[in-house]
Amino acid sequence: MTLQHLDTPPIPLSRDSAPGGSLLRRGAAVARHGLSRYGLLAGFLVLWQVASTMGWVSPAVLPPLDKIAAALWNGIASGALVDDIAISLQRSGIAFAGAVVLGIPLGLLMGQIPAVERALDPILQLFRQTSALALYPVFILLLGLGETSKVFVIFWATLFPVLLATIGGVKEVDGKLIEMARTYGASRLAVFRRVILPASVPSIFVGLRLSATTALLLLIAAEMIGANKGLGFQVMNAQYNFQIPLMFAAIFLLAALGLAANFVLVSLQNRLCRWAAPAR
Amino acid sequence: MGIHQSLLRGEVRVRGLSKSYSLNRNALSVLRDLDLDVNGGEILAIVGPSGCGKTTLLRILAGLETPDRGKVLIDGRPVAGVGRERAVIFQEPRLLPWLTVLDNVAFGLEVRGIPAAEGRERARHYLRLVGLARFEAAWPRQLSGGMAQRVGIARALTVRPGILLLDEPFGALDAMTKMTMQEELARIWREERVTMILVTHDLEEAIFLADRVLVLSKDSTDPARLIDVDLARPRDRSEPGFVAMRRRLMAEFGLH
Ligand SMILES: Nc1ncnc2c1ncn2[C@@H]1O[C@H](COP(=O)(O)OP(=O)(O)OP(=O)(O)O)[C@@H](O)[C@H]1O
Ligand SMILES: [Mg+2]
Repeated sequence: MTLQHLDTPPIPLSRDSAPGGSLLRRGAAVARHGLSRYGLLAGFLVLWQVASTMGWVSPAVLPPLDKIAAALWNGIASGALVDDIAISLQRSGIAFAGAVVLGIPLGLLMGQIPAVERALDPILQLFRQTSALALYPVFILLLGLGETSKVFVIFWATLFPVLLATIGGVKEVDGKLIEMARTYGASRLAVFRRVILPASVPSIFVGLRLSATTALLLLIAAEMIGANKGLGFQVMNAQYNFQIPLMFAAIFLLAALGLAANFVLVSLQNRLCRWAAPAR
Repeated sequence: MGIHQSLLRGEVRVRGLSKSYSLNRNALSVLRDLDLDVNGGEILAIVGPSGCGKTTLLRILAGLETPDRGKVLIDGRPVAGVGRERAVIFQEPRLLPWLTVLDNVAFGLEVRGIPAAEGRERARHYLRLVGLARFEAAWPRQLSGGMAQRVGIARALTVRPGILLLDEPFGALDAMTKMTMQEELARIWREERVTMILVTHDLEEAIFLADRVLVLSKDSTDPARLIDVDLARPRDRSEPGFVAMRRRLMAEFGLH
């Protein structure tokens, strides 16, 4: 008996090739999958539209979806909303990039070197537990009412999820794998590059996704408090002026932004972590 | 490689080795004044009751643990830390999930600075040896337990160690896979003639593979005993000599 016969399936790792005849069946399966996944969402939107047009709810509060779509289209075509989108993307983008550029290296360092973590942990805990919004007035006093304080408050809140996830990822690396690498004579740098870094990537991405959500949350809050441009400002402003369809258009844009950020991060993660089961 | 050279390669001497751990602030003596000689190209099995220090001894030989007293010499040179002439096969495969099977096997060469193309070529050779040539592009998560362990064995062989240290390498495998792997290991040993030090709790495995068996006892003050396994290779588990050897080893454990 040789080893091959023991547990080797006849054709390893072949992609299942569907014959042409089953195309219809595949289509039906896709439709069924789509229905089970998005059916409830579609039902919700239909209910909204019907409830609003039939007057079950006040259309002044919940306008029908076609009015919202029209407001969205007008806002984009006239360029009014485009400016808001651009400035919002810029604020959250810069803050998120800053959080990534600082959070990941700092997290790797803190996860690797216990002395650094011990020294930094108390102050980071204090900062983290103090709500960023409570500190916003402080940032305004320090940095002025302009872009800097807005970007900074978003950056502040966005930093912690990615930083903590990176530290956690590094600390959770299987010590047995590190030991294995050491027995082959891997240097500290090689262990870091070939074992610790790749092992931390999935948790870093968990942190990135949390950070992206936080960035949008703080973006809206900061724009509602002290801005005259941006999607968050537009939500408040439209409500003041009783342009309810426009308000919902801005809300939908914010939701779309969040979904897009998540989609980009998940795709990136799946590309970087082809070795793991796909993330969703 | 001449016979003389291959005899010298992978010779292990242990002198006066002692190791204790502190357990609830009491010293727990695990190994005491252990002497041991392992010839180059020999297979030595280490058996003994759970907790008697088999893994501790192997980890000291690997350079992953430092002894309190005594020394380990390999080909005459004292051991300090891990070394390139030794490779360890752990109870778990310890594959890197983010590397393909082939890159896992080549990992040891890669961290030693061998060019990637050359490393992969050598890795392919040993992947063939363990019967997994067709899985070189697979990810570790796509392997069964036995296949993963074979990849770990190929990875250790690829660095061409003089000494292979194995800690219950087949402990987690089912009986069938285990027997095949033991035969495979015996075949690899015939081809490569590396020194093997094998920790096992399976007496049959010890007799099937080893030239000598080191029996450690639970009480570290009892001296360790060495038993020769004078059976012709390849060995047959049902042969009378094999069965008698097994009975004798079981008696050593006080099981009869
Ligand atoms: N890091 C450690 N700290 C404290 N005690 C330890 C440590 N490692 C091992 N020991 C103790 O040393 C003794 C021997 O452990 P070891 O792992 O060598 O046993 P073993 O012979 O391999 O047992 P098994 O067959 O169960 O694997 C045990 O009593 C264990 O509690
Ligand atoms: Mg053990």
